[in-house]
Amino acid sequence: MKPLRLAAMTATSALGHGLAAQRAALEQGRSGLSQTPFEHCDLPCWTGAVEGLDVPLTGTWAAWDCRNNRLSERALDQDGFRAAVAASAQRHGADRVGVFVGTSTSGMLSTEHAYRAIDPGTGRLPADYDYRTTHNPHAAAEFVRLQLGLQGPALAICTACSSSAKVFAAAYRALDAGWCDAAVVGGIDSLCLTTLYGFHSLQLIADDICRPADVHRKGISIGEAAGFALLERGARSGDLALLGYGESSDAYHMSAPDPDGRGAQLAMRDALERAGLHAADIGYVNLHGTATPANDASEDRAVMRVFGAQTPCSSTKGYTGHTLGAAGIVEAVIAALAVEHGFLPASITTREKDPAIEGNIVLQPQRATIRAALSNSFGFGGNNASLILGRAA
Amino acid sequence: MMTVGVLSVGLSAPGLPSWAEGAAVLRGERPYQPATLAAYAPVLLPANERRRATAAVRQAFRAGEEAIAGRDASALATVFASSDGDLNILNRICGALTSPGHVVSPTDFHNSVHNAAAGYWGIATGARAPSTTLAGYDGSFALGLLEAATQVVSERHPVLLVAFDVPAPEPIALQRTHADSASCALWLQPPDARDNTATLELGLTDAPETDCADEPLERARRGNPALRALPLLLLLARAQPGRVVLPMAGGRRLAVALRG
Repeated sequence: MKPLRLAAMTATSALGHGLAAQRAALEQGRSGLSQTPFEHCDLPCWTGAVEGLDVPLTGTWAAWDCRNNRLSERALDQDGFRAAVAASAQRHGADRVGVFVGTSTSGMLSTEHAYRAIDPGTGRLPADYDYRTTHNPHAAAEFVRLQLGLQGPALAICTACSSSAKVFAAAYRALDAGWCDAAVVGGIDSLCLTTLYGFHSLQLIADDICRPADVHRKGISIGEAAGFALLERGARSGDLALLGYGESSDAYHMSAPDPDGRGAQLAMRDALERAGLHAADIGYVNLHGTATPANDASEDRAVMRVFGAQTPCSSTKGYTGHTLGAAGIVEAVIAALAVEHGFLPASITTREKDPAIEGNIVLQPQRATIRAALSNSFGFGGNNASLILGRAA
Repeated sequence: MMTVGVLSVGLSAPGLPSWAEGAAVLRGERPYQPATLAAYAPVLLPANERRRATAAVRQAFRAGEEAIAGRDASALATVFASSDGDLNILNRICGALTSPGHVVSPTDFHNSVHNAAAGYWGIATGARAPSTTLAGYDGSFALGLLEAATQVVSERHPVLLVAFDVPAPEPIALQRTHADSASCALWLQPPDARDNTATLELGLTDAPETDCADEPLERARRGNPALRALPLLLLLARAQPGRVVLPMAGGRRLAVALRG
């Protein structure tokens, strides 16, 4: 496929606001996870909360106020992202810039709050609760479209934890089919009790910090994040670009990965084929690496089949936590930063690598020249996406 | 402008319980008599998954299974489109979170993801092909059709589109009302496939959305995001060349022409 230029990008996570904060933490090996409880969650667990989300949206945006949209707005304000989109809209027309946003729970937290405030007399939700502008999953995409003053279609892609990797594929196709000339892709997911207690009910939350690929790994730590990228045609040699994408389904189980990682292999091979690259051309694999026993074993099997034991790989969930519907964009940004600045992020919370994991897990931050990096994102329902970010040939 | 072929259609809504019966209603050969749909057990799901499948998943399967009837769907890519997924599940989870202990059912949690229907579909058909689930509020059908058609054009592979929504329970029903459960499905493929039954041309427009001239059908159209497809289904049922405009959520609208 023809590479799509990453004309702008940004991310906010527990590591901080903006690209510089993400990069500094990754290069220094500093986790953003903490044991500070989220709201009244009484589970013993670590979370990756984003700081500075306590200020409500006001004025025109008051109707859209929720933690998810606050997080989204913060991210849009960084790294020159709004200016880059405005310039793109100026060039192509505001109706020729598409919006592709991934989210899993959108503003679910607002509905949780509303249920806590049900009027005991009438049984009604409070009057200031607005489902459409907060919790409805399309709100996450429509808010971004309105914030950026765009008039093209706004798609909310909701395939759980692969959501904001899938947006790159949808955007590529829209540009290819010709109904837009540039695309804002991204993802947002914010902490809520549904995911904390929900993953806990499946025994997938670690009481320890998440430890991907560790022999003692117990499960995930949940984080929240937002990230965006602006994709444009006309990548020139050396430009940072989307080089490939691959998608597949497991057709196996709703919440457990196929132990052989067959769907994951399909997604990675599909991405390589589209990019016109061989496995040996990939200098770094950002693993989905949730730190559940099943995910890391299954993904390792798939990575071994596609790449073998040489290719450096790591999960960055130990820095940000599992940001669910935002994981795809956050880790695409991390993969792009690794290429741009020449470093391999270490799996910082891995203390004792699981001997059953055969892949080349990076355990210390390292310098490296990377031409292309692959990022995996897998979701409930057996939904897989792999992206290749790198320098256009 | 994108051109795609239609191989088959599925439909399930009160008074339009299948495409076979619904098309006759839409052609005016039978009266439209909305009656609550009888319960449906997905045919393709293994027993375990059938037991766990939610109302929304069953509603999605209803139209999807009709559209693929008699054909091999084991390599078929899918696009599922729904405004709200299953608010019954989210209602239960939010209720549990206000109770002591916050005990969420693990089955409820895995069923709460917006792509639950797609996950069950993959298990049912064994398809490892790509699957996308999107949300588009009242524009879910048109946004799903846009994504599905874009895949057909760009990837040159067939795509099954399934749009569905089911009514929410109280108290959230006061915020988001769907009159009844409904779903529809289109098996789309490249326009040069020999077994196409119709050819659609799609483009973006700012023209106003098309409504249904018939008042009861118009009520149905407005009562469920999946039935925003009705103006297009009317053209398909009557094999009547024409152009309709379908709402997306914000932004522009989708113009769909049935080619003569």
